[in-house]
Amino acid sequence: MTSFIVAVSALVILSLIFGAILGFAAIRFKVEGNPLVEQIDALLPQTQCGQCSYPGCSPYAEAIAKGEEGINKCPPGGESTIQAIADLLGVEPEPLDAEHGTEKESAMVAVIREDECIGCTKCIQACPVDAILGAAKQMHTVIESECTGCDLCLEPCPVDCIDMVPIDGGLPAWHWDKPIQIIATDAGNTDALNEGKAA
Amino acid sequence: MNTSFNLFDFVGGVHPAENKTQSTQSSISSAGIPEKLVLPLTQHIGAQSKPLVNVGDTVLKGQLIAAAQGFISANLHAPTSGKITAIEDRAIAHQSGLSDLCIEITTDKQDKWIEHSGIANYQDIDASQLISLIQEAGVTGMGGAGFPTHVKVSAKPDAIKTLIINAAECEPYITADDMLMQERANDVISGIQILAHILKPESVLIGIEDNKPKAAEALNLALKESPENTLIEVIVIPTKYPSGGEKQLIQILTGKEVPSGGLPSSLGIVCHNLGTAYAINSAITKGEPLISRITTMTGNACAAPQNYEVLIGTPVKHLLEVSNTDIKNTSRLVMGGPMMGFTIDQIETPIIKASNCIIAATKQELPDPAMEQACIRCGMCTEACPAQLLPQQLYWFSKSSNLEQAESHNIADCIECGACSYVCPSNIPLVQYYRFAKGEIKQATADKLKSDRAKVRFETRLARQEREAAEKVAKRQARAEAAAKKQAQKKAAPAQEASDSKAPPAADIELLQKKFDATKAGVTKTKEKLAILLADENADPEKIELLKGALTKAQTKMKDAAKVMAEAKKAEKASAFTSSDKGDPNTPERLKNKLDLAQSRLETANKRLEEAKAENSDKIEAFETAVTKQLERVNDAKLALETAIKTSATNNVPASVDLETLKQKVLAAQTRVDKANERLNMAKEQNLETVGALQTGLDKQTSKLVDAKAALEQASTEEAK
Repeated sequence: MTSFIVAVSALVILSLIFGAILGFAAIRFKVEGNPLVEQIDALLPQTQCGQCSYPGCSPYAEAIAKGEEGINKCPPGGESTIQAIADLLGVEPEPLDAEHGTEKESAMVAVIREDECIGCTKCIQACPVDAILGAAKQMHTVIESECTGCDLCLEPCPVDCIDMVPIDGGLPAWHWDKPIQIIATDAGNTDALNEGKAA
Repeated sequence: MNTSFNLFDFVGGVHPAENKTQSTQSSISSAGIPEKLVLPLTQHIGAQSKPLVNVGDTVLKGQLIAAAQGFISANLHAPTSGKITAIEDRAIAHQSGLSDLCIEITTDKQDKWIEHSGIANYQDIDASQLISLIQEAGVTGMGGAGFPTHVKVSAKPDAIKTLIINAAECEPYITADDMLMQERANDVISGIQILAHILKPESVLIGIEDNKPKAAEALNLALKESPENTLIEVIVIPTKYPSGGEKQLIQILTGKEVPSGGLPSSLGIVCHNLGTAYAINSAITKGEPLISRITTMTGNACAAPQNYEVLIGTPVKHLLEVSNTDIKNTSRLVMGGPMMGFTIDQIETPIIKASNCIIAATKQELPDPAMEQACIRCGMCTEACPAQLLPQQLYWFSKSSNLEQAESHNIADCIECGACSYVCPSNIPLVQYYRFAKGEIKQATADKLKSDRAKVRFETRLARQEREAAEKVAKRQARAEAAAKKQAQKKAAPAQEASDSKAPPAADIELLQKKFDATKAGVTKTKEKLAILLADENADPEKIELLKGALTKAQTKMKDAAKVMAEAKKAEKASAFTSSDKGDPNTPERLKNKLDLAQSRLETANKRLEEAKAENSDKIEAFETAVTKQLERVNDAKLALETAIKTSATNNVPASVDLETLKQKVLAAQTRVDKANERLNMAKEQNLETVGALQTGLDKQTSKLVDAKAALEQASTEEAK
């Protein structure tokens, strides 16, 4: 009988101790906010373009985390972003929803044709990352290194003096292409080779 | 040679055919001065140099033509005298085959030096001064990467224990360092001594492969002749590719491994190329900047393979001509070695500071790469890898663009030596896959940095907008509260006045009307009651008397109420008259203001028109129409003013009303000043940016108040007269 009491009391004491430790840990190491939202947000390209119909990347990340929105609504991120989010959430990757736009071939940057700018400040108000510099009735200009290429400044411009141009990093941005797949059975197909060389 | 020196070995490595003897048969000769030199502004790692010359300028040999921008950058000097004929994008010596900004010099063949002088005894000179001399001379690493040398030698004092001179020259075909050692050993040793003087290491090791016995001999001979040879040791190492890799050479000579992502300096070691030591010697002892280098011209298509002293910027075409190379028979032109070099498409590509070799290869010598076949997982690449990586795993990850896995398999530690590609039985261009993956990783890292910055900027913007909105709401609330307070005060003040002077304010007329109606109703009721009583014969006469008394009382009450109301209505009319002055846009005063404004506008329009005429601008017509428009407006305003004056004259406004208006104006101005003051105080409390604007507003209002007061005084004195 005593051995039974000893066993039970030992278990009770152990459970109390571990309960206390767990309770303390729950308070001490409490995670603020939903870490999943932050993880998804980190995968999004942060262009803040609103093409997903949410006002910025983190609201979209929140919607994905809640399961309210599909993971394929981000054209700037494209397939790679969809793949990364699918990996994170353990869901099947879906093709990009064409309704929200298509993935661009290369990164773009906004450029103001400065002699045509009338200084209306409308693009400055539209820019989600404060990448446009200027004042009322003064010429505006885009800080190229901060522009995310989101297109949001194009629409409000009353004189259509903003162009989206592909970023040309020149020599410092150049890197090697993937080798063209040449396998023995492809020996007769030299077109692919030549195309690759031309590119 | 110190035979007791304990050598180590590195894992992996290959033994490709050396092909070095072809170019070591004849001594170094000058490649001469070509017609034109093309000098890329990015010959080194780091920021592009900034051109200091313009097209048309005449330059002397050794003149600085492009200055370093920032610390990690290098100066560029004119390799010979001549004229600058172009500063534009040209094909450069780079794997990408891209063009970049270059300075073109059309040579005058006179090779006229700019004034320069060397230092006889560098031992007496401070290290920092020597470093700045090296920096001025534009010396960069001559081994291949082209890292600015002054950056590499600017180590912390006593940080370097071992200085390693890389003379391994492990790549096939290349013999530039070999011939340099054989023919100019004294200069090389002198350069190494300068480096040792700057870095103050405990030992200096020259690593040289055993396939260069003549060079090692020459160095040892030069060391014996040199007075200070206590530190320097020539170490002959076994020939194995890539023993000339910095990390590999360090491992062979010291047994230490450079940590992943680390620099040799973290081990107290620094490694310099032998050619760099030679360039340092020229810069310090002769004062000659880096304007030429030894380049091996070799390959089976080359009739006379040998080493040339080539001016930087010499087009490869010139070198091919000098060496009698059969261009038709050349299937591939490679800059650098066959393992790590790259094919150049254009023979106009210039030799740069880091170009150690040109291979003009025939089809038999360097056949087109064979068909890539499937990886059979033989593991030969793993055995060959000198960096102890897993090349086939990296291959799979790179091929599938699985960058994360490639990174976690340390693709960054790949030195791109090509040993794995060399041994691959399936002819897979492994290094190209790694280079692709490395490029993608670099791009992804840059993108991540940019997106993080964009996120921060976006969030800061949102926070700012929220703060601004909150500020606006707070301001509005404060204003509303202040207005409510004022309203309450106003209400309290007239009520008191009304009780004193029995002149109720206009707002109370309705109340008075109600009172009047009530008394009227009371009177009619008592009248009815009286009529009923009078009709009743049995009525109490006392009651009738009482009712009659009440009726007269009610009637007097009604009369009083009517009187008060009439007075109030009168007062309201009067005030309405005075206040109508405020709202009516057609008062003479306002019209006068309008006229003034229109006139001033007309003047400016006229002025602009004159200016436009003077400048003969195409806007003259527009200005002319503007002037006519303004003229019309002025005429309209004048007309309106005249009619208004006439009507006001017929109205014959009494002077007392004028006085009243002025009084009210003073009051209004007073309230405005108070308001402005309040706002300013609020802004000051909250430390807003608008304080300045509000201050000027207050000043304006105060001046207006003073004006109004003065006008009032004048008017009252006039009236008194």
